[in-house]
Amino acid sequence: MTALREYAANRELLLNLTLRELRSKYKKSVLGWTWSLLNPVASVVIYTVVFSVFLNIQPPRGDPSGLKSFVLFLLCALVPWNFVSSGLMASLDSIVGNANLIKKVYFPRELLVASTIGSLLVTFCIELGVVAVFLLVAGNMVLPWIPVVLFLMALLTVSLVGAGLVLSVTNVYFRDVKHFVNIAMQALFYSAPIVYPITVVPKHKEILGVDVPVREIYRLNPLVRFIEGFRDVLYNLRMPSIETLLYLVAWAGGLLVVGLWAFRKLEPRLAEEV
Amino acid sequence: MTDPAIRVDHVSKRFRLYHERNQSLKASVMRGRRARYEEFWALDDVSFDVPVGSTFGLIGENGSGKSTMLKCMARILRPESGDITLRGKMSALLELGAGFHPELSGRENVYLNGAILGLSKKQLQSRFDEIVEFAGIEQFIDSPVKNYSSGMYVRLGFSVAINVDPDVLLIDEVLAVGDADFQRKCSEKIAEFRKQGKTIVIVSHSLPSVRTLCDEVALLEHGTLRDLGAAPAVIDHYLADAFSDRSDEGGHPRWGSGEVRIEAIEVVGVAGRTGVRPRTGEELVLRFHYRAREPVSDVMIGMAIETVEGVVVTGPNTRESGLRCDRLVGDGFVDFRVPRLMLLGGTYDVTAAVYSIDGLHPFDHVPHLLRFDVDQGEPLEENGLVSLGGTWEGEALRALEIRERAG
Repeated sequence: MTALREYAANRELLLNLTLRELRSKYKKSVLGWTWSLLNPVASVVIYTVVFSVFLNIQPPRGDPSGLKSFVLFLLCALVPWNFVSSGLMASLDSIVGNANLIKKVYFPRELLVASTIGSLLVTFCIELGVVAVFLLVAGNMVLPWIPVVLFLMALLTVSLVGAGLVLSVTNVYFRDVKHFVNIAMQALFYSAPIVYPITVVPKHKEILGVDVPVREIYRLNPLVRFIEGFRDVLYNLRMPSIETLLYLVAWAGGLLVVGLWAFRKLEPRLAEEV
Repeated sequence: MTDPAIRVDHVSKRFRLYHERNQSLKASVMRGRRARYEEFWALDDVSFDVPVGSTFGLIGENGSGKSTMLKCMARILRPESGDITLRGKMSALLELGAGFHPELSGRENVYLNGAILGLSKKQLQSRFDEIVEFAGIEQFIDSPVKNYSSGMYVRLGFSVAINVDPDVLLIDEVLAVGDADFQRKCSEKIAEFRKQGKTIVIVSHSLPSVRTLCDEVALLEHGTLRDLGAAPAVIDHYLADAFSDRSDEGGHPRWGSGEVRIEAIEVVGVAGRTGVRPRTGEELVLRFHYRAREPVSDVMIGMAIETVEGVVVTGPNTRESGLRCDRLVGDGFVDFRVPRLMLLGGTYDVTAAVYSIDGLHPFDHVPHLLRFDVDQGEPLEENGLVSLGGTWEGEALRALEIRERAG
């Protein structure tokens, strides 16, 4: 209860720290904010050339939207993925990078992680906005689906804060958490249907004489469900299944609880260890 | 009795001293555990109260735990056991400008730093001009703070921190920053705080400033509370302990090229008797024994007499007396003779030095080589450090009986 009151009292600080992240991000760069759009554009060009042109991966036709475009198919998943990967990588450094602050001033340290994710959320919103414009131009009427998109964004943000809390604080004690996450990120990218449709993953496969429900195991990954959700709403223009939504709510809640627990447990000696 | 502003209740704080700072998983796995460390108690069961409205000093030598205590009060470190209860809003001046972002402008940093210290946007807006004016950097407020001089940086940091308007202010030796003018402004601000009945806790090495600023002082030693009480009493006690028997130690801090060294200073009495106690009004001879490992020419010998608090009473040398040491070879001595000692009763330290005649090259400089006591004598004065040997004259004055004089 007191923790909640403390958070409420520090809303303003959260806002200020987030603004600091945003302001300092593109200081001293000529293109400034344009970079946050140029990065995804570059990825889209590369992935489209490799996967659509060279490997000839066919995007599925949107159901019921009828849209068929690899670029848009890719964007609906790539933009949320960028939020995930940048969020996890940035939160790793959010405590270590602010050592001077932690050693000299008291404030709830969770705010550093939250503000890092918060500043990336702003970038995420802008990118999604641009994607929405593309979709509208392509004839996908996404506007009525905005509440669902916002709900998914909220779940994704909560999940990232949870995961970020764990990563940020463990990285203080073991600096190689960062290198590990770097590698894990590559695996994570291909573990979800971002550059390929989920139909590529076989439903069943016989391994050593046992029938394995590969697709169902694959879908245990919450990232797969998030990508499915965003793609359903933006590309297919249909409601994600209730089961998927509930699954994501459970993951978001679970990650946040675990994150706060781990953070609280390791936080008292942060000022000495960082 | 009212509640104290800060109650420190059986606080202990443990640090881990790592033998190797290898924070990698591989190293941990190989070792079977994280990293070997030794524990060390920076604070061990310390309890005291800081009364509301008092200015409270924390003193002690390096490593005594005083800064750790301050950080615990500021909630930056969390004690292993015990509690610190702090009433009211607290602001800590541990490092000025901590949390300034170098790329952001002064203006943006004021808002950021203010928010970190707990000010709302509205409060900041109303105090913004005051903060900038106090720091004296109006014209630079919109340039990035990385372009600030260190003085400007610190001034802005202090200005934000002091304008938080706390009930309890924690200060860690940060006041020795900025130019004289800014230091004066800081002292005024602190005096104003005291007048408003706010509580201040200061950690400092500077005993004179603690003595003048603080009402109460806690003396920490190796993490435990050694002494607690009114400032002058605790400080005197501390000084008496810390500086006794210094003349007996072998390893003096000293500097100089060492061709010639002052080996000892002796107090010599009438007819060359050594080991006497000087007395006000009597003859005093200080004998400086030197040893020249190589012959040196054109040098001067000097000394300073200080009180134990470090006030220099006098500092004569041979050059100022129109003399020079022509050639120093082997062992020998020079005497400094005072026909009638004007130092009043008390304890004094003597620093000895041998320099080239131009004063540029130190051969030897030994602070506090000798400590000696002066007994009360004639004239029988008690106040101050020296007697001027003056006389009172007037029609109304009559001589006292001897026994009345003791007073």
